[in-house]
Amino acid sequence: MRRLRLLIAAAVVVAALLYLIIGGIRTSIVYYITPSELRAQGEGARGKTIRLGGQVQPGSKTWDAEMRELRFTLTDDTASVPVVHRGAPPGLFSEGQGAVVEGTWEAHGIFMARSVIVKHSEEYAPPSPRP
Amino acid sequence: MTAVLGSVAILLASVAALTGIGLLLRGRARRGERLIDLGRWMAVAVFAAVTLAVVALEVALVGFDFSVRYVAMNVNSGTPLLFRIIGLWGALEGSILLWAWVLAGATALVAVRYRGRYPETVPLALALLLGIAAFFLLLMLGPANPFVRLIPAPAEGRGLNPLLQNHPLMAIHPPFLYLGYVGFSVPYAFAMAALLSRTLRDEWMMVTRRWTVAAWSFLGAGVVLGAWWSYEVLGWGGYWAWDPVENAAIMPWLVATAFLHSVMVQERRQLLRLWNHTLIILAFLLTIFGTFLTRSGILGSVHDFTQSSIGPLFLGFIAIILGFSLFALIARRGEVRDSGTLPAVISRESLFLLNNVVLLSIAATIFIGTTFPLIAEAAAGVKLSVGPPFFNQLTVPLALALLVLMATATLLPWGPPPPGILRRFLAPVLLSALFVAVLAAAGVRRGLTLGAFGVITFTALAQLAEFHRGARALRRAGSRSYPAALLGLFRTNRRRYAGYLAHLGLALAGITASSAYKTESEHTVRRGEVFRGPGYLLRYDGATASQAPDKLVVAATVSILRGFNLAASPEPSTYARIGVLRPAAHLYPQQRRPIPTPAVRSTWRGDLYLVLLAIEKDGSAVFRVSSNPLVPWIWTGGLLMAFAGLVSIWPARRG
Repeated sequence: MRRLRLLIAAAVVVAALLYLIIGGIRTSIVYYITPSELRAQGEGARGKTIRLGGQVQPGSKTWDAEMRELRFTLTDDTASVPVVHRGAPPGLFSEGQGAVVEGTWEAHGIFMARSVIVKHSEEYAPPSPRP
Repeated sequence: MTAVLGSVAILLASVAALTGIGLLLRGRARRGERLIDLGRWMAVAVFAAVTLAVVALEVALVGFDFSVRYVAMNVNSGTPLLFRIIGLWGALEGSILLWAWVLAGATALVAVRYRGRYPETVPLALALLLGIAAFFLLLMLGPANPFVRLIPAPAEGRGLNPLLQNHPLMAIHPPFLYLGYVGFSVPYAFAMAALLSRTLRDEWMMVTRRWTVAAWSFLGAGVVLGAWWSYEVLGWGGYWAWDPVENAAIMPWLVATAFLHSVMVQERRQLLRLWNHTLIILAFLLTIFGTFLTRSGILGSVHDFTQSSIGPLFLGFIAIILGFSLFALIARRGEVRDSGTLPAVISRESLFLLNNVVLLSIAATIFIGTTFPLIAEAAAGVKLSVGPPFFNQLTVPLALALLVLMATATLLPWGPPPPGILRRFLAPVLLSALFVAVLAAAGVRRGLTLGAFGVITFTALAQLAEFHRGARALRRAGSRSYPAALLGLFRTNRRRYAGYLAHLGLALAGITASSAYKTESEHTVRRGEVFRGPGYLLRYDGATASQAPDKLVVAATVSILRGFNLAASPEPSTYARIGVLRPAAHLYPQQRRPIPTPAVRSTWRGDLYLVLLAIEKDGSAVFRVSSNPLVPWIWTGGLLMAFAGLVSIWPARRG
């Protein structure tokens, strides 16, 4: 009898916890995708938190120091997405380079980035060994 | 030369470990004292051989021996001595060597210390420990060999990962973490030996109590130092991001905390025996899992990790340990009997049970949140991550519940509650309610913040109330001064009051729940220009660049000007300079991205945190300045917890 009560109590705790965990995970998943995957998902991508990775399209970067607003286009050669970020560009941010932005895709087709991370494909490479 | 020596040492250690296992098991089966003694010596030999390997790698690291691949990858001619030494734990192979070394040390200590005692369990426990060591040694013979040669030797090495080289905290954070991780092997081995040998009383738990507390303290200190490092080096102004690497370290700590409490129930009431076996198995598995997460490369990408055989080997090892432990647990479950009963529904004992439920819930939440992205990528091919909101949403309420339990259990005695017990709650409850009212009157409106402050104050006051009650009782017994009586508490009942000290540490660390009040702003300023930081005016006085042997340092000088009445648009020149901050950016030849080194001004109320983001072509500098209220209390509280753990196990003075 005691054992049964203990088991029931344990089952209730585990079920409640799992319910909360699953619900919580659903709302805070961040998806890692590319611009063409974003285009392919279309409306399905709205409202989700997304981490978008691609190249900063040459000629697309504008920085409005007054408004502290950074605009650029992320591309993966087949599709591109305009990005707006409120805040200074991170160090070494430049066109033609890889970047990862995290934020949401808004209704007007612009990606509002909460954060911008510069990505170096050759990051932390060893210096070529000299003979 | 050193590389050959190191390889031979690892090989010898492996042979000694396997021989030792054979000798110990055989000796135990035949009751052969001599065989067991030999096995014990093998454990010491393993430690000696691994020590030799560590020395060999250190000689190579310190002496720039680039013919060793590990050295060439992690040291260059500009690496300072300190960072050459700690290069031992700068990358995978060296970390595995450090793991093996610490484990071999613990095993040798067990072999020597328990010589001739506990004949049923010690040989088995030693064999298990040697088995775990053998796994790490075999890793080093195979895919994680720290002594692989590079022929011809390059003239220059790559250098340590700059993030690791940027702060001396890196010298102590990993060893503490590893001491913690490895420390749990000993209680695990004894718990398993007790199950396997049917010495099912409480012996294993008593024998390993000090080991467990020590491991818990080191792991806790390792976690706090890691958070501190992240705060001082990474420049993002935070200290905890629910990164898988951080989660890997906190999970075993949480389970171990549950264990530390539930063994007390076993000790006093002869209850929860099976449960405690389960907890220590879980804690140990989580330490191996943590090493797997941080060292297998699985976090980069699930698919990359199969490229090296380290990940699959780790998974296999975890599966073996899990299967073996579960098998032993299930096979003996009928024999591990509780002999006591729970004295009352509301008692310290029952609250400890609830504490276990809450701690394990937190650990389970973190485990699922950490592994979900890995499983999603492996199973469905989607790359995703579970963001900090998930962890905060679930763990913050659980942590608050934990604090309430902690305060209540502190005030309740063991056993059925005596009449009039509620009076003990009066002062802490009223005072913390008063504090919340004051905060609310001062303009704090967020319900969660008020609740958190209330709960934390209640917890802290409950601990202080217990210290006060104890000290008063001691004074009544003798005629000592109050401070002497407080210290006397640690002499009369060190474990108990060290526990309360650890609780107090957690409450202090928890004060930083106010992180909601963090403010942050970015400024682009010319030389001589004044800008507004939180509570201060700041003036950018210029920047210098200097070449250090291993890096180029660009440092900005920023004066802190006193100024609180900022709204009145004051004339900056009238303010006195009260301090200087020197945020810098470090450029390492091996990495293109500059590493920002924030400058922090700490007071008891919080930190002024300044990061140099960039120096523009026109000479203006970009800063991010933030005010991080109460952050220093995390380090204080966290280290106080670890210190309290060590206080509780410090050998008592004989006299």
